[in-house]
Amino acid sequence: MTLTEHPVRGPVGSRRPRGAPRRGGGVPIALLLPALLGLAFLTLPLIGLLARTPWSTLPQRLAEPGVLAALRLSLLTATLATLLCLLLGVPLAWLLARVEFPGRRLVRALVTVPLVLPPVVGGVALLLVFGRRGLIGGWLDQTFGITLPFTTTGVVFAEAFVAMPFLVIAVEGALRGADRRYEEAAATLGAGRWTTFTHVTVPLVGPGLAAGAVLCWARALGEFGATITFAGNYPGRTQTMPLAVYLALETDVEAAIVLSLILLVVSVVILAGLRDRWISTP
Amino acid sequence: MRPRTAVLAGAVALVLAGCGTPGGEAADGDVTGTVTVFAAASLTATFDRIGRDFEAAHPGSTVVFNFAGSSALATQITAGAPADVFASAAPQHLEAVTTADGTPAVFVRNQLVIAVAAGNPEGVRSLNDLARPGLKVALCAEQVPCGAAARGALDAAGVALTPVTLEADVRGALAKVRLGEVDAALVYRTDTRAATPDVAAVEFPESAQAINDYPIAVLADAPNPTAAHAFVAHVRSTQSRAVLTEAGFQAP
Repeated sequence: MTLTEHPVRGPVGSRRPRGAPRRGGGVPIALLLPALLGLAFLTLPLIGLLARTPWSTLPQRLAEPGVLAALRLSLLTATLATLLCLLLGVPLAWLLARVEFPGRRLVRALVTVPLVLPPVVGGVALLLVFGRRGLIGGWLDQTFGITLPFTTTGVVFAEAFVAMPFLVIAVEGALRGADRRYEEAAATLGAGRWTTFTHVTVPLVGPGLAAGAVLCWARALGEFGATITFAGNYPGRTQTMPLAVYLALETDVEAAIVLSLILLVVSVVILAGLRDRWISTP
Repeated sequence: MRPRTAVLAGAVALVLAGCGTPGGEAADGDVTGTVTVFAAASLTATFDRIGRDFEAAHPGSTVVFNFAGSSALATQITAGAPADVFASAAPQHLEAVTTADGTPAVFVRNQLVIAVAAGNPEGVRSLNDLARPGLKVALCAEQVPCGAAARGALDAAGVALTPVTLEADVRGALAKVRLGEVDAALVYRTDTRAATPDVAAVEFPESAQAINDYPIAVLADAPNPTAAHAFVAHVRSTQSRAVLTEAGFQAP
């Protein structure tokens, strides 16, 4: 499929027909106007940030030691959280899309709980399960001496909890939209369910999987409420960029803007790079 | 006769206003409409009560509160939020906004205590105990008032400790104690008072080095300055003082 179709890394824009001639007349104004308004609504706050950015002090702010530590921690934890979500979320999405079982609708609704739960409440809920006095955390602490709150692993847990629904929903949607005849054909040719899953299903939903992973990563990168509640805030260990931004806002708005901008630029660069490589639709 | 009295009364009011009575007691009759009060989150319970007392004393007036972190409130006011009164948990946030009459008045002070689980299971008696190995401690981040105060107290006591977390506000630190995730936290006395019986407070002498002043002032752009002055006077009255003291605040 499209995942592996680009052996040649030509100049950007060479494989997509940009500026292709429009067909069927102009864009209807009823679509164009709200589309442009929507675009403005999404980008104006960004312009607000850029307008207030203290460009002259930007380099020295970047060089401050805490900034790079927070950025590194953010990228590391968001990536680990996405891997954890892929590991658990893709099979869960497959289960929801391909297997009939009683209570499937309920399970599907439960998967979206972290989406509607305020993240701070999610953090408290995580503490009640994985905390020192928690249902599982108490046992982990006494049996293995493992504590999750206030650790980098705790940050990954908090981010994965909040971000996994994005992956599951995207992948489940892709699975339900995919043509099942390919899987049936593989089965008639003697492939088992696992082989069919790895060799047919996963490549078939590749773009949906990649889009879900990107959503998941982006959500994990911006996570604040569950992280500060479950993992606390300690520089180098659990202080991710959003936490650093929030605290900078207490004393120095310009520092907060610079930190937000760094997070924004880095994530956009990474996402744009990935998009060109993996998520191009035919 | 009647118009002349009105003119006279107006002139007297003008003279009084010119004399600058910041208490605003003289204009008691005009206190109507809505007073919008931006107040530090730690004042939530006491100001709710004080607001109700104010409305009872001034029929026709309504007090609307916006409780949040002092720095967030200062940002909102600078950005043009229509506030009449600002009560901050630290002087520097009030300095960041434009007030109506010169120097803001400090109306209460708040002192740090060590918050521990009810019954003090770890036997914490002093700041020194917090540095004990294996004891998990939450502090506020130094960017917020309770964190700056905690830093002052620890420096005064010469105690070096590594907390497990630097919380973004005092409620976060207190919540970690309540949930049993940390053994102790440095928070305000008023916070532990509100969290009894889940949380107990251990007083320590070095907290005298780290006292937070709470100033209050009428804002320059106050939409309802008369009622705003009356509200500030009410907060500083003996009646409100009793409410604040009961909650654990100290007189300035």
